Amino acid sequence: MSGIQASELVVAFNGTTVIHGLDVSIASGEWVGVIGPNGSGKSTLLRALAGAIPFSGTVQIGGVAIHDLDERQRAQMVALVPQRPVIPEGFTVTDYVYLGRSPHLRFLASEGPSDAGAVANAIEVLELAEMAGRRLPTLSGGELQRVILARAIAQQTPVLLLDEPTTSLDLGHQQQALELVETMRRSRELTVVTAIHDLTLASQFCDRLVMLASGRVVGEGEPEAVLTEESIGLHYGADVSVQRDPGGGIAVIPLRHRRS
Amino acid sequence: MMSTIGVLVGPAGLDPVESIKALLDRLPGVSIPSSLSPQQEAILFELRLPRVVLGGLVGTMLALAGGAYQGVFRNPLADPYLLGAAAGAGLGATAVIAADGPRGLVPLAAFAGAMGAVALTYAVGRSVGERTSTTLILAGVAVASFLAAAQTFVLQRNSDSLQEVYGFILGSLATVGWSDVALAAPYALIAGVGIILHRRMLDVLAVGDEEAMGLGVSAPSVRARVVLAASLSTAAAVAVSGLIGFVGIIVPHLIRMTAGVSYRIILPLAILVGAAFLIGADVVGRTVLAPAELPIGVVTAFLGAPFFLLVLRTSRSRP
Repeated sequence: MSGIQASELVVAFNGTTVIHGLDVSIASGEWVGVIGPNGSGKSTLLRALAGAIPFSGTVQIGGVAIHDLDERQRAQMVALVPQRPVIPEGFTVTDYVYLGRSPHLRFLASEGPSDAGAVANAIEVLELAEMAGRRLPTLSGGELQRVILARAIAQQTPVLLLDEPTTSLDLGHQQQALELVETMRRSRELTVVTAIHDLTLASQFCDRLVMLASGRVVGEGEPEAVLTEESIGLHYGADVSVQRDPGGGIAVIPLRHRRS
Repeated sequence: MMSTIGVLVGPAGLDPVESIKALLDRLPGVSIPSSLSPQQEAILFELRLPRVVLGGLVGTMLALAGGAYQGVFRNPLADPYLLGAAAGAGLGATAVIAADGPRGLVPLAAFAGAMGAVALTYAVGRSVGERTSTTLILAGVAVASFLAAAQTFVLQRNSDSLQEVYGFILGSLATVGWSDVALAAPYALIAGVGIILHRRMLDVLAVGDEEAMGLGVSAPSVRARVVLAASLSTAAAVAVSGLIGFVGIIVPHLIRMTAGVSYRIILPLAILVGAAFLIGADVVGRTVLAPAELPIGVVTAFLGAPFFLLVLRTSRSRP
């Protein structure tokens, strides 16, 4: 019911085409990872799916074209967590999570008990209760990432778009953050799309991968099919060894050939 | 409290107790005879009271406009004159004074100049293409410089009007009656309601235009509405009191430092604190050199400039 269909998606900035006629289909409840080298259009695709930037072609969410929705209706369908969110200085964790309720409020309305409930729940799920009153700049990177996720969860949308949710985190916090997303996806039946650089994590957590290069889809399917030594060599220009991870998934190991 | 002090202080030396009696006497259903003469009553009700009310009104309008601009531009040092309102009002007033037009036209010309300048800034900003707050601020700088140059040119050609124009630029609440209050009040009401209604939106704007869009708030349209309201507010304040600086920066900052950074707190409190601040500044201006008056713009700048630096220092040293 909250699947995503993008067809003939074209995005251009100042006359430069960044995405060239993409067709992507994501089933309701699926977790799709968008991978590809820097500048391949991953973030742009996510922002277009959220309706945050102008595009041509169509994007449908749950069968509704997002062109036909106003910004508030759209924000009730899709929550986008950008790669580098703006962190407003004086805000406390609770203030910030409350921003996620904005799409649910009419112009003159102020937050009611249902909003307080959604915020409290998001804070609890992401284990932020003890830092609820702290100001954002005092938090660590891992804590901040959870706060940003909490805002998206408080938005209560069926679709969650995450742009590089693990980039600034250490290994442990990367796993923790993605496990949290997985828990929420299961309990809330969310459709999740993540742009992600770490191919090993991508293969472990995503049902399906879409590989982009220069704004075009160059590979799509289950992680085993998309992540091959050839495809990574070709599109990332990287020398890697692809190993089967005994726990399911794939380990992508960078290789270095020393000149002797 | 500031209002009461403002009413009771002045060069005519009215007896404070009798003045309070006279004021209470005017309240509906209250009858307290006072010993003030008819002339003294006239001073109280036709000079001091409107001056205090106007001071409160102007303080509120400037504080609200400052807070609103700081919200839409996500810049705590934005002030009500950011988009050229001061330069526009200055040019309008200068033009009327230099042409030796009727002095009653000065407020109208200042109002029109301020609104015209902001409209010009907006048009210039949009013509650049990107509807970001930075383009708008840069357009404001350009428009303000241009209008200030035009004003200097007009002044150069009519140097006899220098004194009078200077008086306008320093700002004053003096020699006003109820007519100025009546002139400003409708704009204050419309603009004030407009700004206050957007207080929640201004908090959402704190995360930037694109994320605000993701939260269902269109930043450019909120910005257009709030800038319109804040500019109306500024223009009306300038029209009746000249250019009074720093209120729009000091007041929102005092609130931010003591009560919190949310515009839901800042804006409603700015109404009260702004009024009290300007009435207080006017009392200072009237008393330190009594019976002469220190222009209120000088008082607020004396307090404001050091304060501005203090805010800058503390906001820089924060993590």
